[in-house]
Amino acid sequence: MELLGIEIPVFSWQTVLGSAVSGVFLGAIYALVALGLTLIYGVLHIINFAHGSLLMLAMYMVYFLWQHLGMDPYLAMLVVAPGGFVFGYLLQRGVIGRISHGKDEIILLATLGISIVIENAALFLFSADEKSVQVPYDLDGIDLGVTYVVYPQIAALGGCLMITAALWLFMARTDTGRAIRAVAKERQGARLVGINVEHIFAISFGIGTACVAAAASLLAPTYAVHPQFGYLFVLIAFTVVVLGGMGSFTGALLGGLIIGVTEQLGRLYLGESLGLITISAIFILILLFRPTGLFGQRLSQ
Amino acid sequence: MLEVTGVSKSFGGLKAVAELSLQVERGRIVSLIGPNGAGKTTAFSLISGFLKPDQGRIRFEHRDIAGFRPHAICRLGLVRTFQVVQPFATLSVLDNITVGAHTRIRQRKPAAARAREVAELVGMGAMLDQPAGALTVAGRKRLELARALATQPKLLLLDEVMAGLNATEIADIVAVVRDIRDTGITILLIEHVMQAVMSLSDDTHVLSHGRIIAHGPPEAVARDPQVIEAYLGHGAAKRIARTRGADRA
Amino acid sequence: MSKRDRALGWTLLLGLLAAVPVFIQSGRWIDFLELTLFVAVMGQGWNILGGYGGQYSFGHALFFGTGAYIQALLQFKLGWSPWVTLWFAIAGAVLVGCAVGYLSFRYGLRGSYFALITLAFAEAFHVLARSLISVTEGGRGVQLPLNQDPGQAVASFQFTFANPFLQSYGFYYTVLFLFVLACAATWLMERSRFGAQLVAVRENEEAAEALGINAFRIKMGSICLSAAITASAGVYYVQKFLFVDPGIAYGPGKSVEALFAPIIGGLGTVLGPLLGSAFIHIVGETSKEAIGHFVGDRPGLDLILFGIMLLLVLGYMPRGLVGLLETAWMRLRADKDGPNA
Repeated sequence: MELLGIEIPVFSWQTVLGSAVSGVFLGAIYALVALGLTLIYGVLHIINFAHGSLLMLAMYMVYFLWQHLGMDPYLAMLVVAPGGFVFGYLLQRGVIGRISHGKDEIILLATLGISIVIENAALFLFSADEKSVQVPYDLDGIDLGVTYVVYPQIAALGGCLMITAALWLFMARTDTGRAIRAVAKERQGARLVGINVEHIFAISFGIGTACVAAAASLLAPTYAVHPQFGYLFVLIAFTVVVLGGMGSFTGALLGGLIIGVTEQLGRLYLGESLGLITISAIFILILLFRPTGLFGQRLSQ
Repeated sequence: MLEVTGVSKSFGGLKAVAELSLQVERGRIVSLIGPNGAGKTTAFSLISGFLKPDQGRIRFEHRDIAGFRPHAICRLGLVRTFQVVQPFATLSVLDNITVGAHTRIRQRKPAAARAREVAELVGMGAMLDQPAGALTVAGRKRLELARALATQPKLLLLDEVMAGLNATEIADIVAVVRDIRDTGITILLIEHVMQAVMSLSDDTHVLSHGRIIAHGPPEAVARDPQVIEAYLGHGAAKRIARTRGADRA
Repeated sequence: MSKRDRALGWTLLLGLLAAVPVFIQSGRWIDFLELTLFVAVMGQGWNILGGYGGQYSFGHALFFGTGAYIQALLQFKLGWSPWVTLWFAIAGAVLVGCAVGYLSFRYGLRGSYFALITLAFAEAFHVLARSLISVTEGGRGVQLPLNQDPGQAVASFQFTFANPFLQSYGFYYTVLFLFVLACAATWLMERSRFGAQLVAVRENEEAAEALGINAFRIKMGSICLSAAITASAGVYYVQKFLFVDPGIAYGPGKSVEALFAPIIGGLGTVLGPLLGSAFIHIVGETSKEAIGHFVGDRPGLDLILFGIMLLLVLGYMPRGLVGLLETAWMRLRADKDGPNA
């Protein structure tokens, strides 16, 4: 088959379906990374450029826990997620909030600055070499007929659904969740009724970071980490968040799945390298034509 | 000079401006008054191109300008100021006004010279080097006026340039507005300060719930029962008439 | 600072930079100055759009890389003279700037969204440069042949086999020339109607529109000028190193390098990018010397410091080093004039 002079290969439906299914699992990982980002955006209305480098940092923590203490990467979640919360809280309260004076463009540059510091600190301390966690079960899995999925992929999908549900429940049912929603919707009003907005900002940033740290432990069995690891994910995570509608959890989930499937099909049809263009293309098109995302619903509503 | 005919604009289901019609004749000061939320600022935004009317016609000097972009309308000689003043905060007063002057004057020096003249006219001659962000409310209002004036408009739309000023400052700016009119610039203004409206305008339109409910010389309009009701609520005109009657008796 | 002080300062600075070969022969110092000026040129490009126009691009590598690739490919594939290709390189980057600007500004993308879309475009070009192997040579990159004929040094815009002076200082003067051009363009812009309107759009787009400024057109002009200057740095890079690959051209490194200098030096000022570039490289080099002594030569240290400096400037010195310098100068003046006044 030929389209606009480009040779488009024809595949059997099994191959296409297989790609799509592995795309769903890949998409779960993207959604996982994007959840924290969309939460931070929904509340603070800021683009957190440091999100990818926070993922990378958490991956290193998981790796070191495994290497030095022999801790299973999934178990490490119990350490890195709370650790991520504290780190994120302090980062927002101590650095971003302090230097930004509430100006959006400064927040944007500040998170970029933070990501540069973290990335290069990792390069300086841990070198550019790839580090990967070795688990005995990383190649075991289930044959779905059209494709083979390994247990870590299934765990990532399950973890992604569970974290989405947990976040949703937290926002809907707890007092802190309600306060976060109040701040997301009406900053000044929330301040007037006595909510400590700075505290809520930092809490949200902390939860967002905890999410990305949890994602790190779910990613660790399948991905090797290196200092630039975050950059690979940051653009994808933004695409997912923008596609799903900034601040929407279900949007992030669906957005992640769409991106995952599109990327896999893109790789199948356009080749491993050029296939990645689909992500940038989706990102650009969504930003231009539908910046509120496909599922316009927001955290605040 | 300006002819607005049957202009409407809705936001969602809400009609902000309905069938608005008004005329402004050259060389006059015309005011647009009405209670809060009547649609005055929306009307300004429609005339100056910041909003596109759903229907209706806006003619400026016999040219249909509905749907033009604001900068194009400004170049035709119709410029607005903002109720919520919007100075270029980090620039000096002089540079702020020079930006306005540049609309008609390409060269830097003549534009700055023009800006100085305008600054004198509005009484800001002594503040040229201050950053606009550091001005008082009164200063910012004047700056807003000066910037618009520097574009050499034929018709100037002033959106509440007196709000938030004290009595002395109002008296100052009333004089400035008159001076501007005397240089041949026509003025349409939105104002809440009634004494200013009364003393300045040749002609008044009253807007309520998006519609023009009265029109005429300010003294006549102020006595119009419909206008009194719009401001003070239903039945107010009758009550006032009664008290007046009682006073007389 | 008065007009005369400024003019004097610039003359002195440029005079010193031009006279460098007289008192510096060390290759290391020349390399250092070249790097500083190169980053200052890119920074000036970023500054025109980001500093004067308030549109923060996170993907300026887009323009650097497009300039570099066109410069390299037209020589490599078609054997054109580098003096001809450089015009195409700059025009190509301007064209890309127009396209990105048109899409972003027509659809009203501002602030974070603009930053994101420039990053996305840079990444899309990164993928294309890696994937379209028949055009770009893919991930291997483009290696230009080394010209070994000293007589052809100027014609081939390569100074490796030139006379000793060109060999040592050829590229130094090339980048100095570009820097002077970039500053002159910025200086002229600052004093023109276009510059005044660009700053007005940065400060408040709505008010600018009300005053008769076509904000879309102004922003387009700014992104094109910015792209041209940044692309000229790409041309220099290719001629100096005779090599470009997708990571160098379109990776995040150059985008980040382009914004450090103007932000740290002082946004929206002519001198900012040079001051910022000089400062970060001095800090980078000295820290490498000082700390490298203990931990050996490890990468990453300079960028950690640049990042910290960026954060400090953002938080505590909104006008950057230029602001600091101006305050210091005023104080000096006040002290000097104080007793007489």
